[in-house]
Amino acid sequence: MNAADKKRLLREMLYARRFEERCYEAYVERKIGGFLHLYPGQEACAIGVMEAARPGRDYVITGYRDHVHAIKCGSDPKVVMAELFGKETGSSKGRGGSMHIFDVEHRFMGGYALVGGPFPLAAGIAKAIKMKGDDDISICFLGDAANNQGTFHESLNMAKVWDLPVLYVCENNMYGIGTRIERSTAVVDQYKRVCGYDIPAAQVDGQDIETVHAAAKTAVDHVRSGKGPYFLELMTYRYRGHSMSDSNAYRAKEEERQWSKRDPIIILRDRLVEAGELTAEEYKAMDTGILDEIEQEVIPFAESSPEPKVEELEKYVLAENDPWVHGRAQ
Amino acid sequence: MAELMYWEAIRRAHDEEMARDPLVICMGEDIGVAGGTYKATKGLFDKYGPERVIDTPISENGFTGLGIGASFLGVRPVIEIMSVNFAWLAMDQIFNTAAKVRYMSGGQLTAPIVVRSPGGTAHQLGAQHSARMEKVFMGIAGLRVVTPSTPKQAYGLLKSAIRCEDPVFINEHELMYNLKGEVPDQEFFHPLEGSEVVREGRDVTLFGYNISVHWALQAAEVLSKQHGIEAEVVDLYTLSPLDRAGIAASVSKTHRAIIVEEAEPAVGVGSEVMAIINEECFFELDAAPLRVSAVNVPIPYNRQLEKAALPAVKDVVDAVLSQVAK
Ligand SMILES: Cc1ncc(C[n+]2csc(CCOP(=O)(O)OP(=O)(O)O)c2C)c(N)n1
Ligand SMILES: [Mg+2]
Repeated sequence: MNAADKKRLLREMLYARRFEERCYEAYVERKIGGFLHLYPGQEACAIGVMEAARPGRDYVITGYRDHVHAIKCGSDPKVVMAELFGKETGSSKGRGGSMHIFDVEHRFMGGYALVGGPFPLAAGIAKAIKMKGDDDISICFLGDAANNQGTFHESLNMAKVWDLPVLYVCENNMYGIGTRIERSTAVVDQYKRVCGYDIPAAQVDGQDIETVHAAAKTAVDHVRSGKGPYFLELMTYRYRGHSMSDSNAYRAKEEERQWSKRDPIIILRDRLVEAGELTAEEYKAMDTGILDEIEQEVIPFAESSPEPKVEELEKYVLAENDPWVHGRAQ
Repeated sequence: MAELMYWEAIRRAHDEEMARDPLVICMGEDIGVAGGTYKATKGLFDKYGPERVIDTPISENGFTGLGIGASFLGVRPVIEIMSVNFAWLAMDQIFNTAAKVRYMSGGQLTAPIVVRSPGGTAHQLGAQHSARMEKVFMGIAGLRVVTPSTPKQAYGLLKSAIRCEDPVFINEHELMYNLKGEVPDQEFFHPLEGSEVVREGRDVTLFGYNISVHWALQAAEVLSKQHGIEAEVVDLYTLSPLDRAGIAASVSKTHRAIIVEEAEPAVGVGSEVMAIINEECFFELDAAPLRVSAVNVPIPYNRQLEKAALPAVKDVVDAVLSQVAK
């Protein structure tokens, strides 16, 4: 990866961080409602993996912590923010909310709120890709605790037995809400659980985006070359509570301190500065530029967009004007 | 009598039953160390330890099945499902095992589990976190379904459900855990079957359950003060089996019936109550019964749309006025 790419990735991660922090504020201001799960700390995961794939062409699916995945796939941050504000201009026209960002044009196949739900969906997307003969791949991002759902095991088995082009990425932040992994999970190294399905698997540091990118490249190449599924485990940490209603009281302060030293943004920034590829001023300017963009473009767009019309409450429940409802095509 | 919040009442019932019987356990996601999403098991982990207050993996069908298996040997599991939306995942074990095992074993086995879960729509939680599932549970033979509208019921229904030999589903509500109400200091057991007239009236009966009892009571106040209409409010705390006699008695008195439900109308509490009215006391009616229900849509995130999708007190008042006008 050259210096320009690294700088771009640094900007993308910083953008994601600032975007999420702004969501936090908007939630406090009651502009955003419902459940809001933020991504600070885990930026290198979605951004690093997708950098090794083809954002906007490869299919991506994930859980409720989904804003950054959508943006990396090519979603306009303005449109994502508008969704969080519940506006008609939002990704899901204000019907979905934070947990349900969808951007099918950019092949972001959605955020889902039921833990473990996306595992088989990703395998199904891979099945369709295979039937169409495309060289796209299906990528599923989920958390560590999700792997205790039966769908995890059922999906890995099907993916292997039918050689489906699917990459499962486990963002292991060691917690499922307030329960630490060893209290809920017999084998804490998630990649080890996959060996029972004879699927190649790796575990790497999820805080160093270059490491993530390199591991993801191997994984993506494997899947795209038709060799079947792959499982990539990224060791990471979320810096905030599980959602806005979670205080994080169950985590040791010392653990939080250790992980704050492993901030993916700081790691890459310092590396670039040390290599003489970035100055402190440039970084500052980058940050200011991002904050300005969010404040001057993203938020005003979300604020000023119209609400959905109440008369359209029932739109999208079922297909409109489908002739087959009457048993004939017109 | 002490005033308790709904969650405190549930917590007290757990605590008393666990203190009494070492085979009572509770299980669920984040119920132990964290004390439960709605604090219904707060402090019990420290008191009874990890063998009896069990933080489960996110494996709803798995841990519900495990609870059912343990109940075969006399353990009394109280299973918390964090939100009814996730109960769909446990439905296989609830439906195919818990509800049927007594019958298909010819009475040899029973699954005396309690499954508690918040149903209902809170605020802007979106389509996958806003389900109202009581209608699904109440259609299952072999399963009892109750739904508390007050802290007193929340306490007493859980106490009886734990003692009962049948599997019981308790439909709670996300928005009601902080509701305050009187709960007797003396231990007491609420009947698992029946209904309760919570406001006497002569002109029309409003049937509610869980949160909609409160909407019905508010509507009754408005009707009384502004329109001189005296509505009777009946709390259907038992959804399965529905209290046929109680329903018929109130309708035979007021000759008008409106069912207030938070869920969509199709195949729900309202349609079932109407069928019972038809079967039990059709000729007592002065007007066709009505339902006040949600719109048949997945619940939208946008606040205005969400409000439009759900029934409100005003809808109840309007329904009564339109019915009385006929
Ligand atoms: C089927 C189901 N059960 C429970 C929940 C409640 N819940 C939401 S997120 C979560 C923890 C998931 O943890 P993990 O998979 O590690 O992802 P993370 O939040 O750490 O990114 C739980 C229990 C849910 N949404 N769906
Ligand atoms: Mg996790």
